[in-house]
Amino acid sequence: MSVTYLDAIRSAQEKALRDDPRVFIYGQDVGRFGGAFKATKNLAEKFPGRVMDSPISEDAMVGMAVGAAMEGMRPIVEMQFADFSTVGLNQMLNHAATTFWRTGKPCPMVLRLPSGGTPGSGPFHSQSMEAIYCHYPGIVVMTPATVEDAYTMLLEAIEMPDPVVFCEHKLLYYHLKSEALPESAVPAFRARVVRAGRDITCVTYSAMVHEAVVAAEELAEEGYEVEVVDLRTVKPLDTDTVLASVARTGRLLAVGESWPWGGASAEVVARVASEGFELLDAPPKRLNAKDTPIPYHPNLWAAHRPTAVRIAAGLREVLRY
Amino acid sequence: MAIRVAGALESKPKKGVVDPIELLGRTILRARVLEDKLGNLYRAGRIVGGVYLGKGQEALSGAGGLALRKGDIFAPLIRDMAGRLGFGEPMVDAVRAYLGSRLGPMKGRDGNIHRGDLTRGILPMISHLGAMVATVAGGLMAKRMKGEKGRVGLTCAGDGATSTGSFHEGLNLAAVEKLPLVVVVADNGYAYSTPNERQFACEDLVDRAKGYGVDGHGVDGTDPMACWKVLHYAVERAREGAGPQLVVGKLLRLCGHGEHDDGLYVEKKMKSSERGRDCLNVMEEGMKKRGQEKEWQGWREEAQREVEEAVAKVSAEPVPDPFEEDWRATQSAGMAEVMVAS
Repeated sequence: MSVTYLDAIRSAQEKALRDDPRVFIYGQDVGRFGGAFKATKNLAEKFPGRVMDSPISEDAMVGMAVGAAMEGMRPIVEMQFADFSTVGLNQMLNHAATTFWRTGKPCPMVLRLPSGGTPGSGPFHSQSMEAIYCHYPGIVVMTPATVEDAYTMLLEAIEMPDPVVFCEHKLLYYHLKSEALPESAVPAFRARVVRAGRDITCVTYSAMVHEAVVAAEELAEEGYEVEVVDLRTVKPLDTDTVLASVARTGRLLAVGESWPWGGASAEVVARVASEGFELLDAPPKRLNAKDTPIPYHPNLWAAHRPTAVRIAAGLREVLRY
Repeated sequence: MAIRVAGALESKPKKGVVDPIELLGRTILRARVLEDKLGNLYRAGRIVGGVYLGKGQEALSGAGGLALRKGDIFAPLIRDMAGRLGFGEPMVDAVRAYLGSRLGPMKGRDGNIHRGDLTRGILPMISHLGAMVATVAGGLMAKRMKGEKGRVGLTCAGDGATSTGSFHEGLNLAAVEKLPLVVVVADNGYAYSTPNERQFACEDLVDRAKGYGVDGHGVDGTDPMACWKVLHYAVERAREGAGPQLVVGKLLRLCGHGEHDDGLYVEKKMKSSERGRDCLNVMEEGMKKRGQEKEWQGWREEAQREVEEAVAKVSAEPVPDPFEEDWRATQSAGMAEVMVAS
């Protein structure tokens, strides 16, 4: 019996629907069809009236969730692809995110974003949106990298009083497997040291955690011990865990699948440079996708995003400084 | 189907029956007197930021607010002082939001027309037009899921807001879900300075109702009792389960877009037309015909006292202090701690 990353997301939603009558799911094709990726398979049948197809109206879908959250519900909105959430940005950034600040009342909702690149998906079905949501105050942004985190963090997201953007990586949906659903969780908002090391810290999140681990194994054969830190939640950012790791290693490479301008990896470098300058033995670096739209052809795509090979090269560069 | 009601002041009220004329009359007077005061406070430099008034739109707005009950949802826009007062927003909260009182519903974090009180079902608007349509729809879906029956949600828009994607998406969603949503469009001919002919190409916005599969109601927004009738009818239709109702009132705003704007772009011909009538004058004339001039004057004096008292009270209240502000945009435990560390 194995559980995929996608199973974990479906199971977390099923548990939330079962345990909390305030929870409901709204999104395109999420009803009887079970969602474009089957993240809501069978849930409409099990929870009648609580798993509903929406019109193709991302703005109204998020706006509806804001209103329902204000009425005390716990809506989960599934975007078919993270990329399409740009159409709903106004309601998320200007409405959901400002509600607690403006009114002192919570706006608990989860926006699920099937994120990141997969082969052949091209410019409009591959995006990683976390940087945009992180930029605005008032939103928690989660980027789980493991089956266990996909399950426990989604449950946490649903329970949180704040709007949460839940970036789930499509590349991990079917291939990432675990033995069973977890029974315990890493504390909320805490990063996790995936692999201990002494020579360099690689801070990353989501699917890039797995690429970084492969790169770390490659460098281990060359005699370097790479510490891989999975941020898990990119906002709030667990600066303490990052700085503690850099204190051990003296070097930093921050890796993100999204574009280089601004974003989570830029934030990690900025914080380490300003708060941990004296811990560093080399300039902190970051590695991101190329600054172009995401290419369609697998040859181009493989060169566009960070991979284990490119991460390994980036780590060597910092190590040789 | 579009329904057009020709309104007229009714005959004298019966004893023991709530007189709609008194309810609406008092409401639109309170709104007008308060907004005149806010305009003066703005010109005196006592209000920071914009002041957007609803002069000329009080009848349509007030009738909407008065048609609702406790437990309903009201999402006003920028010209809905009358609707707010009609729905039950305390006048003092309006003044607090403008003067930035710490005791106000927004505590100085937001102000003026962006105020709301979720505990009263008054949603604080965001500036992005059309956004409140889907949000009220969401509140109504929540009430339906919670098993709260007989609730209505009402939101206001202008002719300009009908051009947004949000307005379309929200109304379409509400129609699909057959929600008890009333959308009141105050078509005042101009979105800021842009006239209708640069905003939409259909003859009358109420004709769009058919396209959405919802009921549409056109009304002369300068005629208070016509507004009363149509809004009550639309709200009751929604309450009975007839789905969303689109009400379009034609009127003119009798002020600038904000108090910083002289509104000189409004055509003189339109100002002197029936559409440019002041709904308060229409009501006052009707009162005179009914021999109730004294009542009208009495309501006005009461409103003036209430406004002066509210302004005096709020003027003595504390303003926000940046050193006491907690600067937290989220509620989640641990979040503030981590963010402050940065």
